[in-house]
Amino acid sequence: MLEVQLSGTLRDAANGAASINIEAATIRELLRKVVEQYPRMAEKLEAGIAVSIDGNIFRDNWGEAIPAQAEIFLLPRIPGG
Amino acid sequence: MTLDTQFTDQKFKLVGSRPDRPDGVDKVTGRARYGADASAPGQLVGAILRSPHAHAKIKKIDTSKAEKLKGVKAVITSADLPDLTNGNRGNYDILENCMARGRALYDGHAVAAVAAIDAETARRALSLISVDYKVLPHVTDVDAAMRSNAPIVQPHVRTAGGEPSDKPTNIAQISTFGHGDVEAGFAKADKIVEKSYKTEQTHQGYIEPHACLATVGPDGQGELWVTTQGHYTFRNLCASLLGMDIAKLKVTSSEIGGGFGGKTHVWMEPLALALSRKANRPVKLVMSREDVFRASGPTSSTSMDIKIGCTNDGRITAATATLRYQDGAFPGIWGMLGAMTAFACYDLENVQSVGYDVLVNRPKVAAYRAPSAPMAAFGVESTIDLLAAELNMDAVEFRLLNAAKEGTKASYGPTYGPIGIGPTLEAVKNHPHMHAPLGKNQGRGMACGFWFNFGGQTCTDLNIGVDGTVNMTVGTVDVGGARASLSLIAAEELGIPYEHVKCNIGDTASLGHNDTTEGSRGTFSSGMATIFAARNAIEELKSRAAKTWDIDPEEVDWVDGEAVAKGVEHSNLGPLSLAQIAKASPNTGGPIAGHSETVADGAGVSFASHICDVEVDPETGSTRVVRYTVVQDAGKAIHPDYVEGQFQGGAAQGIGWALNEEYIYGEDGRLQNPGFLDYRIPVCSDLPFIDTEILEIPNPNHPYGIRGVGETSIVPPLAAIANAVSNAAGVRMDHIPMSPPRIRKAIKAEAAMHQEVSAG
Repeated sequence: MLEVQLSGTLRDAANGAASINIEAATIRELLRKVVEQYPRMAEKLEAGIAVSIDGNIFRDNWGEAIPAQAEIFLLPRIPGG
Repeated sequence: MTLDTQFTDQKFKLVGSRPDRPDGVDKVTGRARYGADASAPGQLVGAILRSPHAHAKIKKIDTSKAEKLKGVKAVITSADLPDLTNGNRGNYDILENCMARGRALYDGHAVAAVAAIDAETARRALSLISVDYKVLPHVTDVDAAMRSNAPIVQPHVRTAGGEPSDKPTNIAQISTFGHGDVEAGFAKADKIVEKSYKTEQTHQGYIEPHACLATVGPDGQGELWVTTQGHYTFRNLCASLLGMDIAKLKVTSSEIGGGFGGKTHVWMEPLALALSRKANRPVKLVMSREDVFRASGPTSSTSMDIKIGCTNDGRITAATATLRYQDGAFPGIWGMLGAMTAFACYDLENVQSVGYDVLVNRPKVAAYRAPSAPMAAFGVESTIDLLAAELNMDAVEFRLLNAAKEGTKASYGPTYGPIGIGPTLEAVKNHPHMHAPLGKNQGRGMACGFWFNFGGQTCTDLNIGVDGTVNMTVGTVDVGGARASLSLIAAEELGIPYEHVKCNIGDTASLGHNDTTEGSRGTFSSGMATIFAARNAIEELKSRAAKTWDIDPEEVDWVDGEAVAKGVEHSNLGPLSLAQIAKASPNTGGPIAGHSETVADGAGVSFASHICDVEVDPETGSTRVVRYTVVQDAGKAIHPDYVEGQFQGGAAQGIGWALNEEYIYGEDGRLQNPGFLDYRIPVCSDLPFIDTEILEIPNPNHPYGIRGVGETSIVPPLAAIANAVSNAAGVRMDHIPMSPPRIRKAIKAEAAMHQEVSAG
C-alpha cells in the first residue's frame, strides 16, 4: 500500500486529507484509483497533475512503474517560461 | 538498451565542444525570418481596438461605420468568436482574454479587430468603431485586491484551497506547502528575522513583438505562421477555440526574437485566424510595443512576508513565507509556484509557505523564465542575509550550513536525489570574485535560486541523405541555440562530423506533437529524442550493412561512425562508413531514417548561486553593476557557449528587473509606461561582462546527464543584487526595482532615523 502525499489545493479534492493510501503499481493505476476514491480529483487531473516518485517528477509518463514503499507526492502540473 | 534514459557516463568526442551555430549567418545577415517577415498574396493588415479603461462593462459595440469604410474586409467582436469551450474554464479564460466578452478587464483588453487592405485603412476603421462603456471600479494593487471591499474582477471566482464560501473574491487560490511544526521550530530559535517585501510587475521584454500571418479558407483549412515557443500548443488551442480540426490547421514557428515564457500563450493569434476566416484572405497581425506591454503577459507583482529563525550556531529551526502574487485578470498558479520554490534551496525541519493567487485589473500574467521563483527568492535570500548578519556569520557559510542535499525533504514535498546547491555554494565560496577588494560606495551580495525544469512530449525525425549528410527535424522551437546542441548530439551518436548534420524546426504537419519549449526542456527532451532517433537509425544502418555483406544484422557493430562485421570469420570484411551505407541505400531497401516519439520525464531540479558587486551613488541613488558571476549546475553542457549564454541572459534580465523595470499604473488604472523609453530594460552599456562557471553534476535520468539550464539563472539575481545594494547603501532594500528614487528615499530615511536616535 502506497502512502500518497497531497500538496497544495489537491487536498481540497480529497476532502482535506494530507495523504491517502492506495495500492498501485504504475502512475496510471494510481491516478485511476485516486479518481475512483475522490471523484473531485478528476477536475485536478484535467487541469494538470504531476507525480513525484522518490523525488523524480513525472508529468506525462503514466506507464512509469511505482516501486513498493516508494515516496509518492501528487503535485500540481507546473508550467515554465 | 537503445531507449534507456539512465545516465551512462558515455565518453564524448563532440559533445562539450563549441562549433558555430547553424542559424548564426542567417541571424547576423538579416536573412532569418521572424514573425513579421512572412507575406502571402492578397494579405490584409489586421489591427485591434483595445479598452482604454481598467474595468468596464461593454454596453454596446457599433461596427457599422467601420464595415462601410472602403478597404475594410472584416470586422470582428466577441460575437464572431462563439464559446466552443464546452465548459473548459481555462480555455474560456483564454478566449475572453483574446477578446473581451461583455466586460473589459484591464487597460488594453481587446474589444474588436479589423482586417483591411493597408495599415492606414485599418487604423481609420478602428477609429470608426463606437464602444459604449460603463466604467466600473477597478483595482490594480495585489494587497488592495485582497481587501474585503475591493472591486471584484471575476464574479464567478471562489477561493480554491481556502475556507468554503459562496462570496465572490479576488483570491482565486491559496496553496500551502511545507512540513514539520513551524511554531515549535520558532520556539527553539535564538534569533528570528521577520520582514516584508514587495516586487513590481515586469515584462519579459523580448525584442520581437508578437506577430503572425493567418490564412483560413472556406474549406476549413488554415495555416498560421507565428512567433511562438510552442507551435503545436498554439495549433491545438487555436483549433479548439475556432472549432477547426487540428489536422487542418498547420502552424509554422518563425525564428523567435525572445520569448522567456511570454510566447507560451496565445494573445491575438485566434483573432488573426478569425479575421482571415471572415475576410477569406490572409491576415497579418503584428503587435506594437505598446500592445505588447498592455496586452500580453507580464509577470506578477507581489508582496510577501518572510520569517526565518535559527540557533546561535546557525542552524535554521523554522521558516515561513506568505506570498501574495497578482495573476492579472484571470486565475493562475503564480502564487502557488512562489510557495513551492521559496525555500527549495534549504534543508528545513519546519517550514511552511502559503501562496495567494490574486486577481487584479491588469493583463493576464504569463510565465517569465522560472515563473514566480525570482520574487520568492528575493524575499527569502534577503532574510537569509539579514539572519547571517545577526549571527555575525558569513552569508555563504550560513547557506552552506543549511543547504539542501541528497535525501533532504524539499519544502514542496518530495525527497531530493542528487542535487547541486551545495556544490554551487562551494564554488561561490572559493571563487576569486568573493575575495576581490571592493571600492568606495561598492557592496557585494550573493544569493541562491532553484527551479524545477521539466521534459514532456517530444518527437524527432532524422533522415540520412545518399551523400551521408543528415537532415534532422525537431519540434521544439529553438530559443537559445538548441539546433547547435542537437546537431552535436546527432553527430556524436552517428559518429559523423557536426557539419554533416542540419537541424530544422518542423511545422505541425511534419511531426507528431511536441510540447512547448518551456520549463528549460528544449535540449533536455529533444536531446533525448535525438539520441533515440540516432540509435534507431544506427540499427537500420547496421541492417543495411548486413545486407551488403549478406550476413546476419546481429553480427554487425557500430563503431565510430562505421559498421563493423564482428568475429574472425568476417575479418575479410572492411568497415562500411555511414556515407558508404547511405550511398548504397537505394539498392538496400530505400531511404534510411531514424525516429523517436517519446515522453521525456525526469528532467531533474536545478540550482544556481550568483555573486554581484554594485556601486551606488549615494547622492542620486543610481546603481551600477560592476561585476557579476553566475555558478550553475548544467548536468552536462552539450554546447557550453549556449549554456553560458543562458546563464548570462538570465542574469542580464534579472539586473533589469532588480534595478529599473516596473509597470507603473495611474490612479485611473491605465498603464503609464508602455514603451522602452519609460520602461527601461538594460542595454549593453549597463552591464558588466557576466562571468560564468558551469558545474556538471549529471542528471541520472538522461543518457547524457543533461539538466535544463534556461530558467534557473533568473532566480538569484533580484536577491543577489538587493543584498549587494543593501551592503553598498547601508540600508536594507525591500522593494524591487531598486530604482534611483527608491534607493535615495531609503538612504534618506535611514539617515533621518539615525539622526533621531542620536538626538533622542
